[in-house]
Amino acid sequence: MDIRFRLNGEDRAVDAGASQSLLSLLRDGLGLPGSKNACEQGECGSCTVVMDGRAVCSCLVLAADTDGADITTVEGLGDEDTLHAVQAALVDGGGVQCGFCTPGFVVAAAHLFESNPTPSTDEIREALSGNICRCTGYGGILRSLEGLAGR
Amino acid sequence: MTTTTGTRIRGGIGESVKRPDGIPKVIGNFAYASDLAADGMLWGATLRSPYARARVVRLDPAAALAIPGVQAILTQDDVPGRKTFGQITADQPVLVDGEARFWGEPAAVVAADDPETARLAVAAIDVEWEELEPLVDMEEALGRDEVFRYAPVRRGDPDATGTVVVEGYYEVGMQDQAPLGTEAGLAIPDGEGGVDLWVTSQWTHEDHDQIWRSLDLAPDQVRQHPTGIGGAFGAREDMSLHIHVCLLALRTGRPVKMVYNREESFPGHVHRHPARMWYRHEADADGTLVKVEAKIILDGGAYMDTTPAVVGNAVYFTTGPYRVDSVQVDGYGVRTNNPPTGAMRGFGVVQVCFAHESQMDRLAEALGMDPLELRKHNALTTGDPLPTTGQIIETPLPTVGVIEQLAAIPLPPPLDSDDPRRLPGGTGLTTTPDYVTRGVGYAVSLKNIAFSEAFDDFAEARVVLSPSGVEVHTAAVEVGQGMVTVLQQIARTALGVEQVAIVPTDTSEIGSAGSTSASRQTQMAGGAVLEAARAVRDLALEQAGGDDLTSDGVWRAGELVMTLDELCADGPISHHTRFRHPPTEEPDENGQGDLHADFAVAAHRAVVDVDAELGLVRVVQVDTAQDVGLVLNPQSVRGQIEGGILQGVGLAVMEELVLDRGIILNASFTDYLLPTFLDAPEVEMALIEEPSPWGPFGAKGMGEPPTISSTPAVVAAIRNATGLELNRVPIRPQDITGT
Ligand code: FES
Ligand code: FES
Repeated sequence: MDIRFRLNGEDRAVDAGASQSLLSLLRDGLGLPGSKNACEQGECGSCTVVMDGRAVCSCLVLAADTDGADITTVEGLGDEDTLHAVQAALVDGGGVQCGFCTPGFVVAAAHLFESNPTPSTDEIREALSGNICRCTGYGGILRSLEGLAGR
Repeated sequence: MTTTTGTRIRGGIGESVKRPDGIPKVIGNFAYASDLAADGMLWGATLRSPYARARVVRLDPAAALAIPGVQAILTQDDVPGRKTFGQITADQPVLVDGEARFWGEPAAVVAADDPETARLAVAAIDVEWEELEPLVDMEEALGRDEVFRYAPVRRGDPDATGTVVVEGYYEVGMQDQAPLGTEAGLAIPDGEGGVDLWVTSQWTHEDHDQIWRSLDLAPDQVRQHPTGIGGAFGAREDMSLHIHVCLLALRTGRPVKMVYNREESFPGHVHRHPARMWYRHEADADGTLVKVEAKIILDGGAYMDTTPAVVGNAVYFTTGPYRVDSVQVDGYGVRTNNPPTGAMRGFGVVQVCFAHESQMDRLAEALGMDPLELRKHNALTTGDPLPTTGQIIETPLPTVGVIEQLAAIPLPPPLDSDDPRRLPGGTGLTTTPDYVTRGVGYAVSLKNIAFSEAFDDFAEARVVLSPSGVEVHTAAVEVGQGMVTVLQQIARTALGVEQVAIVPTDTSEIGSAGSTSASRQTQMAGGAVLEAARAVRDLALEQAGGDDLTSDGVWRAGELVMTLDELCADGPISHHTRFRHPPTEEPDENGQGDLHADFAVAAHRAVVDVDAELGLVRVVQVDTAQDVGLVLNPQSVRGQIEGGILQGVGLAVMEELVLDRGIILNASFTDYLLPTFLDAPEVEMALIEEPSPWGPFGAKGMGEPPTISSTPAVVAAIRNATGLELNRVPIRPQDITGT
């Protein structure tokens, strides 16, 4: 089926399967592997994207339901030369180990900082509690983001 | 022996150097195995046994093969070479050989044009199973003599007696590594009968050595390449889809990709061994340990995997870091039809540490002694024999140091908030501070580093100096822990040259670096890189007649005498090495001998808040002191410690694969609980730097200890808060409420 949406600031017209998830469309259909698949059940946040101003698990969103939506993935937040502040903070602060959770954290944290540029420690923890990281114990991620919040 | 350059180099050891893979990972273009693709690629999928034990009555792929887009369906009959695989003993059929022996065991594999079609084809395979009675109880397995390994320890006088005796029985449930990246691989036929494989792995050469045998190819016809891995923690030490994806690629002549979904990942890799342990400690009235007796059973699942080595670790670390003259242990790894078990961070020591630390607390209570004083009184140190094997410990072993430095870390303030995020149960708003009791508990651990028991443990590296800088070639696998950064730092410091790249190297280009496990890669791959880098530096200095090397070239008495361009006019200067740690021995029939290459101690203190009525626990803080030899990268060390502690906390209070007749009931992230950001305790740490005799610059491996004693520390804290015995991990709410 034909879908038109805005993806990382560009208008796109794409073809998606009737039962295809947005995550699968991004990864397999559009060549954007940054969003990760670690559970396909909405439990880990590795696939987080921002859709119409809300952080969502793209594995739970039907591609068919994204017609007309405005979507930002990790690829839309920054690149090698112009890192998003959250990306730079995580690299510098020890927030990255295997990195499989990282794109999801980047998108979710960028979304948090957009609405709240100075989140408290508890606000950071709570806002990111839907994102699982198995490597860092969250310490490096927390310090990176506390630094960004000026704490 | 050469010395390293006197000048401190930017990006050398001791600095929190940034990871070279950090930026690719934050912008989402780091390539994991599951991200790989090739032109004309097919997708693989797996038919799995729905029972823990079942006979295949009929398996007919004809109807499924007729589905448009299905290119191949393979069964055990299609395996051209060795029909089985396995790291220590090749006892696992590549695909079910008539009888499935665990739930989820692969029975057939499909290649199709797209993932949907591959899955449809799996469902369309005409298969009939006859369920057989599974063997799922580890004691019953022992009774039937289904034993992968029996390892005894007989040391000292078995009749020795103390005045105080404590006995205990302990259980550990099955923990999953749950790396976020699932099993994934891409196999590409080379057009000449061979195949290239990119696959999630902790040890490419070991996999390779099994794969070519099953494919019936020459070793050089199979090349296994490193690729991005979303965490490992032991789950990537044994093979999963490796042979399957190669078989499909060779049969179809096209690239084939396979990615396990989370549900099949759970049975798709080995787990931590569940354990049952019976302990008896005897001590004199002053607390001096006299004798430790133990019987330990580990559930090895259906196939051997690394179970024998895990049993060895459990048995040889039965007592923890304490002096004991008499040690009598019987350890068994048994065969059942439960999910496969093998390597997971801590590798057998996690289980016994929970038991020996529980015992030490009980003993302290029986003696009326402070638990830390009891531990210090018996603390094992350099020059002592390991109480199990008799090996004299030569490495610095600051057992007293870790205990004292841990105790010196200030305790967190008492609970002073009714913010639900800081209460047990969290934002479920289920408790109030009035119902919460705080508890504090301690635990100490001893772990071996690198491979033990006469294993020929080595790591290869090649260091190449050219005008553009240094290349390090090694097959050592980065799984997320930061090894590539540390290898860069070691090479920089040893050579004095700042520009260092770690080059991904496949199995045909260099020999094995051994597994990224057993806390060994900093010491082993790091040791190899240091040795090769020092040799390259010596060659460069000799060639130029100089006394120092930098990024500019070779210097003599403070003058640049040869630039790198001039130095490498006839080509790069390179050295290839195979680094080995001091040799270890096989145990004798009493478990005696110099079995281990190096040791490290760690101590943990947990602070918990518990609502005993509801059975809710919040782990507030876990502090640690750890013996790390030398800190090569403070940020990485901290990251390993925090990540390892949270896995230990997970085992203490939430993580368990729940089994029924060998079937995993919670094979999903919805039902297998993992610690979230809100579950993560604060962590304060003290690092003790007493150099290892053979680690690079004195560094010790440090990835596993954080996971080992954190679990019993949390349990001790919950006991302290509740007064309950709690002899099993993970502790479930009903273990606290009693209902
Ligand atoms: S993959 Fe979407 S939440 Fe886990
Ligand atoms: S860095 Fe590996 S899961 Fe977060």
